[in-house]
Amino acid sequence: MAARLVSRCGAVRAAPHSGPLVSWRRWSGASTDTVYDVVVSGGGLVGAAMACALGYDIHFHDKKILLLEAGPKKVLEKLSETYSNRVSSISPGSATLLSSFGAWDHICNMRYRAFRRMQVWDACSEALIMFDKDNLDDMGYIVENDVIMHALTKQLEAVSDRVTVLYRSKAIRYTWPCPFPMADSSPWVHITLGDGSTFQTKLLIGADGHNSGVRQAVGIQNVSWNYDQSAVVATLHLSEATENNVAWQRFLPSGPIALLPLSDTLSSLVWSTSHEHAAELVSMDEEKFVDAVNSAFWSDADHTDFIDTAGAMLQYAVSLLKPTKVSARQLPPSVARVDAKSRVLFPLGLGHAAEYVRPRVALIGDAAHRVHPLAGQGVNMGFGDISSLAHHLSTAAFNGKDLGTDYGLCKQMSTPLLKKDYVDEKEHPAQDPSYIFSRSYLI
Amino acid sequence: MWSGRKLGSSGGWFLRVLGPGGCNTKAARPLISSAVYVKNQLSGTLQIKPGVFNEYRTIWFKSYRTIFSCLNRIKSFRYPWARLYSTSQTTVDSGEVKTFLALAHKWWDEQGVYAPLHSMNDLRVPFIRDNLLKTIPNHQPGKPLLGMKILDVGCGGGLLTEPLGRLGASVIGIDPVDENIKTAQCHKSFDPVLDKRIEYRVCSLEEIVEETAETFDAVVASEVVEHVIDLETFLQCCCQVLKPGGSLFITTINKTQLSYALGIVFSEQIASIVPKGTHTWEKFVSPETLESILESNGLSVQTVVGMLYNPFSGYWHWSENTSLNYAAYAVKSRVQEHPASAEFVLKGETEELQANACTNPAVHEKLKK
Repeated sequence: MAARLVSRCGAVRAAPHSGPLVSWRRWSGASTDTVYDVVVSGGGLVGAAMACALGYDIHFHDKKILLLEAGPKKVLEKLSETYSNRVSSISPGSATLLSSFGAWDHICNMRYRAFRRMQVWDACSEALIMFDKDNLDDMGYIVENDVIMHALTKQLEAVSDRVTVLYRSKAIRYTWPCPFPMADSSPWVHITLGDGSTFQTKLLIGADGHNSGVRQAVGIQNVSWNYDQSAVVATLHLSEATENNVAWQRFLPSGPIALLPLSDTLSSLVWSTSHEHAAELVSMDEEKFVDAVNSAFWSDADHTDFIDTAGAMLQYAVSLLKPTKVSARQLPPSVARVDAKSRVLFPLGLGHAAEYVRPRVALIGDAAHRVHPLAGQGVNMGFGDISSLAHHLSTAAFNGKDLGTDYGLCKQMSTPLLKKDYVDEKEHPAQDPSYIFSRSYLI
Repeated sequence: MWSGRKLGSSGGWFLRVLGPGGCNTKAARPLISSAVYVKNQLSGTLQIKPGVFNEYRTIWFKSYRTIFSCLNRIKSFRYPWARLYSTSQTTVDSGEVKTFLALAHKWWDEQGVYAPLHSMNDLRVPFIRDNLLKTIPNHQPGKPLLGMKILDVGCGGGLLTEPLGRLGASVIGIDPVDENIKTAQCHKSFDPVLDKRIEYRVCSLEEIVEETAETFDAVVASEVVEHVIDLETFLQCCCQVLKPGGSLFITTINKTQLSYALGIVFSEQIASIVPKGTHTWEKFVSPETLESILESNGLSVQTVVGMLYNPFSGYWHWSENTSLNYAAYAVKSRVQEHPASAEFVLKGETEELQANACTNPAVHEKLKK
């Protein structure tokens, strides 16, 4: 019987969606493993938030959820004086999701900074976009990643009867059920951890980052490339205290530089540039670094007369036909010093999975889509995945469905839009005037 | 139906057969043996189970053959004013077994032959759940149907039984085809939560009527009544196992020209949405017939709503139009009353009740009300 099962399963290996690392179910009969309803693999911002969203969902009160995190539990007893250099821009939609399971209250009690305006402008021309709301509502919030993580951990502890969190646990093998129902074989996904323990689950959610093990194990194709850029992050002290509720971003020929408000006197820097320049920035003196930052925001060295004249003429022509309000370019606050040891760099790349859902598997966050930080949307898209998936699973649970085989899931998980703008940059030399002109004024 | 087409050759979704060996214990009762006789007669061959029947019963069979065929012929025209005492106590149509046996392993293939039934869950589970929730004052989040005892008649592979179990109800699923129960049993065994909440049995409704009288909060007979032989008995049994105030949920197909054209000709013969021979148009039940039978048994019909299947998308939709598929929800009255209409009054039953009333003061009081 077992041999027959193996041969039948073996024949299925040729199925189109099986990858090289896929292993099929070989054993049959009831197992003594715990059967979870949902296992979330990866306890980062998106994975932990997914586990929270399901744990607090009213229709999941009867379900068992497991969160697997490879790292240790991060306990934040007291909020440190110094700000962390890894921050995220949280959109109002993400804030709504976080408040739906009570994590936003913890964040408000710790620290966050709301911003009300965004100015994005170019280094080589006068092109400028200003984002603001007339009634000056909050456009977004800058929150340190550690603060978000701590808020999520606290909320997970509060639902520990439904959500089990295993730290220092990494799944080393996933075994998928046969694609067609077979009488004696378990229909669940088997997960084996590094310490040998095994679980079964009806739905596996992969939230394990851009090098997702779940995505590789299930064999979903991933389109990816490196941007040949690194992002330098740092915490900067401003020369003088200001209202500091504006997010600044300037597109330099080497890459965008952004200043995100943290407090009245502090801002966070995210500077995407080539690997060499990034390494240089991280290793240079603090004074030189501060000068480099200030000149990146303030200097007009990259302007050329040709572009300036052509731009001015075009603006004049357009304003004759349709007068519009001209936004004056404002300058960001100047930087006085940088926090010691806050300069870090990390490489940037793009990744996009060909499918987000398969039977009994779903990918969320960076495992599904990895983007450049220039628009501050990476984690927001992940939170968008959570709100979409959690809503769908909640309805399915209230309808008594088997969570992992809902083919409606495949149809309803929509692909978020990716920022294609910065991808174009790769194909054109940054200094080409005609490209600068067309990009700045005609798009 | 009797124009020469063998019932044995027409397959069906649902069949109730007596459990193996059931005839042994009830061999003395002519009623049950005639049920076995029905099968034999319809298929045209006299199939005698070895070691069970002796020559004595062979003679009985032959004499019952003519009487039974007359009775069934009359019954098939559904004369409402002459209530016939059926000599058969089973509502199982033995002719419908074969098709179901062949497909017994395919229940859980969601893209396979039972795909329309899987997607029908999107309609029937919320229909059952929402109507039952109205009767529960405080329901637990996560287990909204906790504490409800539900009977799923003709559960097949457990397609509807499992979602109801997941919603917290204790469900008993019965089906006369033992292969179906095996498949259902196997499928639920992998889920420890469902394993405890669901129980499957190979039997027909009549067999458990006595032991389970008035024990269920809800009875679900989805895609079943168009496959039974004796609809009145079947619905009577449904009513008997329900607690007073309990709910009955039925989904079935209407008997209209449209249902013949789309339900039989298009679905079975042209598009193969449903395996050929699954349905017999003569056995389809119109909502009016269903409603009148239910009312006569003390069940008050609360809702009748149409369902429409889109074969291109594979999804079902609610519809105002009940001329194809429809769902009905009825509630058993809390007080045992006999309706004023004389159409379905069973004289025997009334006399029996009056006799009981004298001996049982509680029933007498109820009658007074």
